[in-house]
Amino acid sequence: MAFYASFGTVLLLLATTAPTALLFGLGGAMAARGRFFLVRWFGKGYIAIVRGVPDIAFFLFFVIALDQAIEWMRHKVKCPEWTDPVRQGSEFLVCDMAKMPLSSSPQWVHEIYGFWLAVFTFAIVFGAFAANVLYGAMQAVPRPQLETAEAYGMSPRQTFWRILMPQMWIYALPGLSNLWMVLIKATPLLFLLGVEDIVYWARDLGSSKTARFTAYPHGDWRMWYFLALLIFYLLFTRVSEIVLARVTKRLSHGQATLDGESQRKAGSAA
Amino acid sequence: MSCFDTIQNYAFRSLGYGERMLPRTDFTLCEHFTLIGSGMIWNVYYGLLAIVTGFFFANLLAVAKNSNSLWARKPAEWFIFLFRGSPLFIQFFFGYFLFLSLKGVSPIFNPLSSAALGALIVLFLNTSAYSAEIFYGALRSIPKGDVEAADAYSITGWFRFRRIMFPTMMRLAWPAYTNEAIFLFHATTLVFFSGFPAWRQQGDALYYANYFADKTYNPFVPYPILAMYFILLTLVIIWIFGLVNKRLNKHLPQASVKKLRVRPNLIR
Repeated sequence: MAFYASFGTVLLLLATTAPTALLFGLGGAMAARGRFFLVRWFGKGYIAIVRGVPDIAFFLFFVIALDQAIEWMRHKVKCPEWTDPVRQGSEFLVCDMAKMPLSSSPQWVHEIYGFWLAVFTFAIVFGAFAANVLYGAMQAVPRPQLETAEAYGMSPRQTFWRILMPQMWIYALPGLSNLWMVLIKATPLLFLLGVEDIVYWARDLGSSKTARFTAYPHGDWRMWYFLALLIFYLLFTRVSEIVLARVTKRLSHGQATLDGESQRKAGSAA
Repeated sequence: MSCFDTIQNYAFRSLGYGERMLPRTDFTLCEHFTLIGSGMIWNVYYGLLAIVTGFFFANLLAVAKNSNSLWARKPAEWFIFLFRGSPLFIQFFFGYFLFLSLKGVSPIFNPLSSAALGALIVLFLNTSAYSAEIFYGALRSIPKGDVEAADAYSITGWFRFRRIMFPTMMRLAWPAYTNEAIFLFHATTLVFFSGFPAWRQQGDALYYANYFADKTYNPFVPYPILAMYFILLTLVIIWIFGLVNKRLNKHLPQASVKKLRVRPNLIR
């Protein structure tokens, strides 16, 4: 049963990560366009660093780093009288009250906490990619559109929210749909974060954990399991492609692009 | 133990030379740098061989996908969809367990289930599919005047492909292909997390970085070191590919040549 639930975990992760990452991306892109140089550097640095390093390294890094950062902050607040250093040799020690989640809390709290750490990690990494896409899209909106807004006396803030924001999505969509495909394909990395997803089960079910994988007298069933997973992902990708093609068509409606123009012509001819 | 000794002991640890035991306690910064750097040998090995071999297969695939014959086009299309549509991670797992099953069939297949060969094959197929899609796109966007001019001079067949279409295809594809190369190197870090066993703890850079992070429970040292190595590697790749790009664009008026823009925005 828990095995089938793991497919649900993957879908749930996708459903929660995509909007969160988009939010991070929007923040990053806005920061990269910022007028104050520190904000701009922060935005550009965030995009550059995350994209320059293998994503798997980030997944491994952030899960521990976030966990320790949260525990350290709770430690500072809840146990101010604690004088020992937090790092002692190869130990990371905080007082019991600062443990996150509390060691007394039930199993499901641990699982939810782990899941949220995973969502947050994914959002940070994919937020950088989304920020890059959105930054490019904001630059791609035709300059005259913005100039017209200025001519009508809109403030920069108004121009951004009323003119730039609604128009940039059509330029961002190819990049974002690409990102969605990439996000789908990154979900198997979940098991590295300790969430019980589909790959986790494949590695664990029916095999001793420390199997040395040397000689099997008979065919190994896990090969077929991974074949099924491969097909699951292929189907998922295919369905996404079809849906995204529809969304692109819908969004092009009334836009100042080639696609929008051809839709307009087709509409007026009919 | 001085840092020089550490380098002597661990510089080629990932290949099985030097000290057998990994450090267990009192990790120094020098050990971090040396071991993770030693692991980079594997990343470079996978990336380099997969790129070089994949390049040729990708060209073949791109031409096949562009072919009019159904028998050439369909297999190429399916191959590309299969490898681009599924996670590399799952491909590694599937490949590994497939190779294990093959091992039961005949001992000829024994070397396939080792990381050095098996993972290389998976990476080769994967990068071929991604590069083929890039090359195919470039092939489709060759200016039609070029091909018409070739026809006018009655240059046809293999000669036309080699002298007229191929150089333009490469020139158009090169910026995207540079990104593909960078991402391939990033993808090599997945190898030892996907079933392929690290024999006698001979792993790649991420394997050692993860080892240190597990042992010290402090991710803030090994992972930034890993990141530094990868950023250096990325810069080297950009430099080498930039040289090729310069050569490919040599005949064009230099003002119109687009600088190589590196926008890696893919993960597998």
